[in-house]
Amino acid sequence: MKNRQKELAELHQRRLEDGNGPVSAFRADLFRMFRKNRAAALSVLVILLLILAAVFAPVLTPYSYDDMDLGNRLSPPSAAHLLGTDEGGRDILTRLLYGARISLLIGVVPTVVSILIGAALGTIAGWRGGITDTVIMRLADIVLAFPSMLLAMVIMFTLGDGLVNVFLTLALLNWAAVARVVRAETLRLKNTEYIEAARAIGVSGPVMLLRHILPNCLPTLIVLFTLNVPAAILTESSLSFLGMGIQPPSASWGLMVNAGKNYLYSAPWICAAPGLIIMVAVLAFNFLGDGLRDALDPHQKNR
Amino acid sequence: MKKKLLSRLGQSLIALLGVALLLFLMLRVVPGNPAAVMMGEHGDNAAIARMTAELGLDQPILTQFFRYIGDCFTGNFGTSYSLSKPVAELMGGAFLNTLWLALAAALFAWILGIACGVIAAVRKNGILDHLFMGVSLMGVSIPVFLTAMILQYFIAFRLHWLPIAGMDGWKSFILPAIALGWNSAGSVARLVRSTLLDILQEDYIDTARAKGRSQLGVLVFHALRNAMLPVVTMMALQLSGLLSGAVITETMFSINGIGRLAVQAISGRDIPLLQGTVLFSTAVVILGNLGADLLYTVLDPRIRKGGGPQ
Repeated sequence: MKNRQKELAELHQRRLEDGNGPVSAFRADLFRMFRKNRAAALSVLVILLLILAAVFAPVLTPYSYDDMDLGNRLSPPSAAHLLGTDEGGRDILTRLLYGARISLLIGVVPTVVSILIGAALGTIAGWRGGITDTVIMRLADIVLAFPSMLLAMVIMFTLGDGLVNVFLTLALLNWAAVARVVRAETLRLKNTEYIEAARAIGVSGPVMLLRHILPNCLPTLIVLFTLNVPAAILTESSLSFLGMGIQPPSASWGLMVNAGKNYLYSAPWICAAPGLIIMVAVLAFNFLGDGLRDALDPHQKNR
Repeated sequence: MKKKLLSRLGQSLIALLGVALLLFLMLRVVPGNPAAVMMGEHGDNAAIARMTAELGLDQPILTQFFRYIGDCFTGNFGTSYSLSKPVAELMGGAFLNTLWLALAAALFAWILGIACGVIAAVRKNGILDHLFMGVSLMGVSIPVFLTAMILQYFIAFRLHWLPIAGMDGWKSFILPAIALGWNSAGSVARLVRSTLLDILQEDYIDTARAKGRSQLGVLVFHALRNAMLPVVTMMALQLSGLLSGAVITETMFSINGIGRLAVQAISGRDIPLLQGTVLFSTAVVILGNLGADLLYTVLDPRIRKGGGPQ
């Protein structure tokens, strides 16, 4: 018994000296993935371009996103307006660039929030077990039981329109799936030797979760993040498409499609550009997420 | 086995009650007295107060909730404010349309998904594999409204092959079914491919080959048969997803289904209708998940016989 404890303490010490074991392994996997998986590498490039477009929107275009030019409504793509103008005579390319700001924010902010909430609740549920676990996971079950689009609609209806409420809605929608995954991961880690080792030398609950459980969930969380960003962008664009999300004159890609849908047959370019950009952005994040998952899942490695 | 089944059933019931309670509370937070909304501009204070009492809105919220649940069990979901009809009656008509749409979409998705998945697995790393997997990821990534618009613009508006929108016979269900099923086809194809690839590495496939079964025979009778287990489960889950997730498709193609009813409820600030449609759709999903679980149990002899992979 004494020996076992000593052994475990040594194991724990070794792990601490190794630094972040799983994280450096993750880094190696990541590097290998980008060399082997060209689609994932290309996706990173696309995502970077979208971010640059969002940041430098004012520099890239001479127009402003709400400049109305009523003499120039619904004009097809031309040299002055590369992607044409919309029903208010606004330059579509400009609105697309500014829309990248809102759409990317909507992809990232609620996803980060939902991952923070989900990871916290998931680790606590998995670690504590018992009644805490039951309460948290039943709540997650209830949230997951709703068809997500309908739940999003109901939450937006309750909160009212606006950007912050879209953030809130998407965060409330997505934490449950994260919590479920993180809980499963915590349960698995709980029985590993090094956690036993940490426990043997008397590491306390909160330190255990923050220093030993969560860092090991990090690869899973990164994959979840990459796959939840496009899901959030899609949900927002669907909400805005129905007129329940962001309100004009702000530009989000979904809102642009919504504005253009009444002119689909006379001026299809209004919908086409933002619709395609949504697809490209979502596709890039999905390719990246898929690549990351394959890189991190040893079961898939040799495929 | 029986015990497991009962506890699964209990879980579903608890989830359904939880969903109903959460929904009820969320919709009670909405500002504005429903009675006042219902009376419109004509209502004076006395009339609104009378209506409030009549609807039981002055009672404690839990009493209201249990009365609502009790009513739901007898098929009474309240009366729609905006359409002035019983919610149950509205939903009954709409559900049939949604059901047809979902079945058509599922059929499209499964046939296309299984075919592409099998071909991709057999021609692993070939051109068709890369093509199908690329397209299927695109299928998962494309927003439903974009698929719908592309179909409407090219197939209906330019080529005049099919109606743009509306509910004029079975032909008007083809485009919406494709738009709705497109995403599911992508995920079925990916699942079929990965499951099949796993199975093709198993020893019993080599055994079958060694016994002289043809390539096609091994694929269909040995590999595909076993690969269908997770696929069928996913298909059952998808069907309930399609039944509840047709909001955008129904709106775009003007199909009077449950999803469109929910959108109408929101634009009319019609709480009973919204509550009814969302509760009904969620019940469909919960039942669908339960069905998928049962199906899995019935199909997998390891679980059916009580052992199961540990």
